[in-house]
Amino acid sequence: MTTDTFAESGADLELVGIHKRFPGFTAIEELNLTIPAGSFFALLGPSGCGKTTTLRLVAGLEAPTAGRILVGGTDVTNQKSFQRPVNTVFQSYALFPHMTVLENVAFGLRRRKMADPLGKAHEVLRLVELDHLASRRPQQLSGGQQQRVALARAIVNRPALLLLDEPLGALDLKLRRQMQLELKTIQEDVGLTFLHVTHDQEEAMTMADTIAVMNKGRIEQMGAPQELYELPRTAFVANFLGQSNLFTGPVVNTTSAGVAVDVAGHKIVVPAARAHRTTGEITIGVRPEKLTLHSTKPTHDADVNVMGPGRVTDVSFSGVSTQYLVEVPGAGTLIVFAQNMTFGSDVKFGDEVWVSWGVGHGFGLDDDPADAPRFEADFDTRSIAAQRHLEGA
Amino acid sequence: MAFAAFSTTAAPSSSDSIKKKSPVALLLLLPGILYLVLFFLAPLVSLLLTSFKVPAEFGDIGEFSYAFRWENYTDVISAYWPHILRSFGYAITATFFALIISYPLAYFIGVKARRWPLLQSLALVMVVAPFFISFLLRTLAWKQIFSDESFLVTSLKAMSLLAPDAHVTGTAFSVIFGLTYNFIPFMTLPLYTTLERLDVRYLEAGSDLYASPFHVFRKVTIPLSMPGIVAGTLLTFIPAAGDYINASREFLGGTGTQMMGNVIEANFLVLQNFPAGAALSIILMSAILVMVSIYVKKSGTEDLL
Repeated sequence: MTTDTFAESGADLELVGIHKRFPGFTAIEELNLTIPAGSFFALLGPSGCGKTTTLRLVAGLEAPTAGRILVGGTDVTNQKSFQRPVNTVFQSYALFPHMTVLENVAFGLRRRKMADPLGKAHEVLRLVELDHLASRRPQQLSGGQQQRVALARAIVNRPALLLLDEPLGALDLKLRRQMQLELKTIQEDVGLTFLHVTHDQEEAMTMADTIAVMNKGRIEQMGAPQELYELPRTAFVANFLGQSNLFTGPVVNTTSAGVAVDVAGHKIVVPAARAHRTTGEITIGVRPEKLTLHSTKPTHDADVNVMGPGRVTDVSFSGVSTQYLVEVPGAGTLIVFAQNMTFGSDVKFGDEVWVSWGVGHGFGLDDDPADAPRFEADFDTRSIAAQRHLEGA
Repeated sequence: MAFAAFSTTAAPSSSDSIKKKSPVALLLLLPGILYLVLFFLAPLVSLLLTSFKVPAEFGDIGEFSYAFRWENYTDVISAYWPHILRSFGYAITATFFALIISYPLAYFIGVKARRWPLLQSLALVMVVAPFFISFLLRTLAWKQIFSDESFLVTSLKAMSLLAPDAHVTGTAFSVIFGLTYNFIPFMTLPLYTTLERLDVRYLEAGSDLYASPFHVFRKVTIPLSMPGIVAGTLLTFIPAAGDYINASREFLGGTGTQMMGNVIEANFLVLQNFPAGAALSIILMSAILVMVSIYVKKSGTEDLL
């Protein structure tokens, strides 16, 4: 191997028609994905959804059953992992226990016959503020320090594409927040393309430019964090990315402005532009923080959806906001997040309340309600039931 | 001592229990201590004393009296230095061959066969299976296979791969072959135990960091399996250096292949020159001890533990 040079900048990643079958199950079915150079892309999904397999395919640690992988326009499908311009920060860090921190970081540089590997390794260790521990062994460091060494070991190679496999999973909350910001800063500084795999929706939303929500080997929805949060396309996305109140009912009236749905006798309107389906049975939803509680029935307003009366079945205070569970007969249990703007709460357990929200906040899902779950009273198992139902389908 | 290399985890001795000196612990240790004193320490002292003895005045052959004749050592070294060198030469060669045969085998069983536990246990049983037959019998069987009239040797001669008047038994080849063959399980098992615990994620990390399979093996796999390599080579080298079965004339050896074990045996049992045999034994033991401690120190395994 001749002396190598660093990648000038991040590279595009393109996955074309990827399938991955393991004996006995299909991990990924038909995955098409393009990640533009220099972006911070998050692949979000529950465990077992195929996101880690996707990462391993890109890293070259697994071979796809079908499909092609292109990095910066070059087909790398048949390249071995050590030939690809890609580095990984592993979930387990996988720092070599028989080498010092410095040797771990210099490992990739030495293999690529880069000039002055130790100098470059020191430089990167200074970036992650660990240069004073360069002569230690990885097992003598704390979890957060090991994580930073793993990151340094990958970015020192200036890969065109950096893969992050839930690298923050083992850290405590405070360190996690700090590392999220550091990672984001490093990504912006060095201009690399980051592909981050995580099951933590908050982490994905804070860090990524683009999120792809993955479920059962498929991408459910892809877009900017706000877009995904405000306009989820499926019940899975609506409940995996934050929480949602979902209702199912027949469309009773469609105008250019809105779609009216009958939910247990309540007429609920969703803007036509925010509804993916406009006929038949549809599932609509609204985020809990968009809801307002009323102790008397609000006056009729065409721009406001009202549901009620219902009964408060749970009140939990969490500092910034208070979460209420409101049982509305026929429509199920609604979650309401209320900002603690006033001193104390005027709504108590067992009170009769009405719930309202601006029409503009509602969204209509693309799911076929025949497949999608119809959410009933049992609030706690809602998301579990949703997933189980999807698995059965 | 060198045997620290065998322990994979240095048991952290809690200082509390040592301070208390629990009588129960002492009581439990007593049988072991007694056994070692009776059957290791006492014979060792006796051997050391014997090695300095001089022939008894007006005594019979085999009668010696206590003295401090250190020239016994220089005498045996000048008389038997070819055997001493040959012992270590054969043992090192056999250890080397056992290592290069056992490592791929242990790697296959411990790493590649992980997905098939049944195959893994079956392969392990096959490694241990030769122990079900006495190694004397197995070595005798090899003598048959290598004998001048055997199918193997006659065929080799018929194909002119071997000179018509050549022998296989009684050569350095057959002795080293026998040593290698007999000690392969002792090499394979410790290698297997470290390779079985080898985390393949380190190998993936190496590959991810631009290391070719060869470099991953050299820079990651070998260093991480060092405890097994050290344990296996010690378990092979130490007994092989003192072995006297393979090199003996009744088995695979000849007059030109005598090792230290053979001359010690001859001095004790045939020549009845007990001081010479004892001095040779002490030399063998100390040489092994020195070589092993240098080896363990050099291989730097204490860092891995």
